[in-house]
Amino acid sequence: MAVQVETSDAGNKLKAKDFATNQDVRWCPGCGDYSILKQVQTVFADLGLNKDKVAVISGIGCSSRFPYYMETYGMHSIHGRAPAFACGLKMSNPELSVWVITGDGDGFSIGGNHMLHVLRRNFDLNILVFNNQIYGLTKGQYSPTSEVNKRTKSTPMGSLDYPVNPGAFAMGCSATFVARSMDRDPKHLKEMLHRSYEHKGTSFLEIYQNCNIFNDGAFFAFTEKDKKMDNCVFLEHNQPLVFGAEQNMGVRIDGYKPTVVTLNNGYSRGDLWIHDEKDVFKASMLTRFFEDPSVEGHLPRPFGVIYSEDRATYEDKMFGQLDDARSKKGEGDLDKMIAGSRTWEIA
Amino acid sequence: MATKPIVKENVTIKFAGDSGDGMQLTGGLFTGNTALTGSDLATYPDFPAEIRAPAGTLAGVSGFQINFGSHRIFTPGDQYDVLVAMNAAALKTNIDRLRDTGTIIVNTDGFDKKNLRLAKYDDVNPLEDGSLDGYELIEIPITKMTRETLSDSSLGTKEKDRCKNMFVLGFLYWKYNRNMKETQEWLTSKFNQKPEVLDANLRVLLAGFNFGNTTETFTTQYEVKAAPLEKGTYRGIMGNQALVMGLVTAAKKAGIPLFYGSYPITPASDILHGLAAYKEFGVKTFQAEDEIAAICAAIGASYGGNLAITGTSGPGLALKGEAAGLAMILELPLVICNIQRGGPSTGLPTKTEQADLMQAMYGRNGESPIPVISTRSPSDCFETAIEACRIAIEHMTPVVLLSDGYIANGSEPWKFPKAEDIPAIEVKFSKSPSNGTPFMPYERNDKLVREWALPGTAGLAHRIGGLEKEANTGNVSYDPANHEYMVKTRAAKVAKIAESIPLLELQSGEMGGDLLILGWGSTFGTIESVCRELLAEGKKVAHAHLRYINPFQRNLKTILKSYQRVMVPEINNGQLARLIRDHFLVDVIQYNKIQGMPISQSELQHAAKEVLAQIK
Repeated sequence: MAVQVETSDAGNKLKAKDFATNQDVRWCPGCGDYSILKQVQTVFADLGLNKDKVAVISGIGCSSRFPYYMETYGMHSIHGRAPAFACGLKMSNPELSVWVITGDGDGFSIGGNHMLHVLRRNFDLNILVFNNQIYGLTKGQYSPTSEVNKRTKSTPMGSLDYPVNPGAFAMGCSATFVARSMDRDPKHLKEMLHRSYEHKGTSFLEIYQNCNIFNDGAFFAFTEKDKKMDNCVFLEHNQPLVFGAEQNMGVRIDGYKPTVVTLNNGYSRGDLWIHDEKDVFKASMLTRFFEDPSVEGHLPRPFGVIYSEDRATYEDKMFGQLDDARSKKGEGDLDKMIAGSRTWEIA
Repeated sequence: MATKPIVKENVTIKFAGDSGDGMQLTGGLFTGNTALTGSDLATYPDFPAEIRAPAGTLAGVSGFQINFGSHRIFTPGDQYDVLVAMNAAALKTNIDRLRDTGTIIVNTDGFDKKNLRLAKYDDVNPLEDGSLDGYELIEIPITKMTRETLSDSSLGTKEKDRCKNMFVLGFLYWKYNRNMKETQEWLTSKFNQKPEVLDANLRVLLAGFNFGNTTETFTTQYEVKAAPLEKGTYRGIMGNQALVMGLVTAAKKAGIPLFYGSYPITPASDILHGLAAYKEFGVKTFQAEDEIAAICAAIGASYGGNLAITGTSGPGLALKGEAAGLAMILELPLVICNIQRGGPSTGLPTKTEQADLMQAMYGRNGESPIPVISTRSPSDCFETAIEACRIAIEHMTPVVLLSDGYIANGSEPWKFPKAEDIPAIEVKFSKSPSNGTPFMPYERNDKLVREWALPGTAGLAHRIGGLEKEANTGNVSYDPANHEYMVKTRAAKVAKIAESIPLLELQSGEMGGDLLILGWGSTFGTIESVCRELLAEGKKVAHAHLRYINPFQRNLKTILKSYQRVMVPEINNGQLARLIRDHFLVDVIQYNKIQGMPISQSELQHAAKEVLAQIK
């Protein structure tokens, strides 16, 4: 269980609107960020969070305006560095519920280094990555998650670099919680926000978010009704990987290779890959389900909790060392420290 | 048969040997012993840049310099009176700074064919070719004599050879008429688990002492008397060590936990090591993934109510620039310690320089005023660190504290204070509102300082960030007039710090003379020594040394204007000089040395006399 920050002021449970500030929300009309903001406020209310015990820390980018719209403590910091501020805050006050808001550029380009280290250190905080596969605030350059050959103002002949796979990156950093959701599925998103909050350790939640101005429809293959069920597999712990509009498709492991099979065509649910969110090897493979959804026979994109592991948090271990030092040496004595072990008198 | 030792006022010794020869330890023990005699002293280690350069090479030479005297000592000394050279490479790299009439104590066993070749003496042994004529050359086969002393020991040859620094130490103890008891006790406590090693060290130490005694015929014994130091209890202190203790003390005096975020960098890493060892004081150290994360984590910890510090050297300060600007606009307390080294870029990491003053003042985008203070000597780091923390907390601002490699690794005796005599630092966190009035995170007091409002406090939920903020509310504002108002208010807030800092006092000399020598940082010892000598010669000079560089002290202008000329010596190309011209329109005379080493007394004295000669 994550930090306990429930029990709101005067015992009154706050409503979603109590987590909204009086500032005008300035995202473009139709932006996926609106949905995420609403779900976060709703989930905070559902969880019964006390707004004085929550801090929302962001970097730079469209998504990083988020703290201004949350009636909690918040810091809109500098580009890419939100995880570092959040770590420092957590080390000064481990009782706070800390939420890091970042995007694909902020989190994997300018801030890639901090993302790496916060994940392996496992501070108890929640990272929401708003992935829209484009740079929105700077008006439409390709991002580290953009597909190859992306044509933008900075890449008129198409982008050359191979995209970052956020889930695989997180697993590679030894993250203890890796999940994926989308802006256009409020129910699923809320569930994932709940799970992120409940995880004690760094929760990495990638959210597919539509930028309707510079990259409209980037995720429609996963988010729109007509294609969603054919291209997404919604993970449930201990359940087989079943997908498809008719729920008649599945994924099984053939040796080391995951393959798509059709059920009732020689295969039953019992033949399928059973999701185990505690299994680091299976989770690593799931993050590799990253194929272009337009390719025939592609593996479905996993949504849900891909990986969840219990591991001591950095701050708990750090405070543990402080306690150990005090119990061994006693509370520090300034005069002893200043004098050191070798002194002499001048008479 | 002992004759009376010759009394000297002041002696400088350089211990030089291979990295494995134990010169730092020898120097350290000699320093501790010297302190007990009551002499004043200053030391400076000279480490090789390479971690493990091959034995016997020029790159592998490690040195330790001590200057001690029966008068006040302010620097580790320009030139050595005595050079201890454990091998040919040590002689070659250090001979240039030996006084013309100096003494060389050599380990002749370090001058075999291999050592001469590695030292690039090309088979011509400097001990034999007459090149050292004029120096007093004391040749001792130290390795051989150490082995002979230990011929019945069960230690291996390698372990026996490790004791040879004790032979040198024993010999010097004899030469300077010392009592070895304290060193013998120290060795006993250090090696109490290893009786064989202890026995070997004690025997070789005594052998060195006795060697001096029995060979008295060809060398002289000296003595340096106690200096007129203030009465009290002293300890030896290095700059980074004093800085560490100052930070821990400041946190205790403020009653809040200390947080130190840093990324290892020469010569600041010892601050991280030092603080990491004080966990019983509740000190949190965080070795971040890079310089940027180090300062950002510190800002996060400051937001949460800790006394947050980050430490680095010049290249790291460059990386921290954007985050330092954020701390400035957020108006959160933060101390940024910059232990300067030779620049630009990677520059001269193990050498000293004062060339980051402009970076500390202006190295951020936009109008971004940050207080800058500097420390002048190893022991002064303690007080300067506390002062930096006080300004940061009481004025809700990041503060840059400038030290440098020379101060960081230098050492001197310190008459240390009692904790109870150090004033408390007042911390006032915002309280929950009682009457329902909305919280204004950027409302200011008469010092223009906002309140420190901690996340977790009921009723104070608010947002801060790097976007320009509306006065009082802190809400994002693009209003043109508000921006100008906020820029000027933040500048006025820093300027107002001048009202709460003490006036500048002259270090030596009097108001209204011919020449003021104005310094900052590690030039302190050199300037003070020179100024005292010139005053003794009847010259009308004075020395003022700045701790506060932004803002300057209120009376600095009056002081500057009371002299015919003002000279600013700096280990850079003229950075304080530029600030003084800019602020006061005083046509200062620059004296600059940019060689990765301190300005020597002789060169500064020469320069000051040239200026004095031109004053009618």
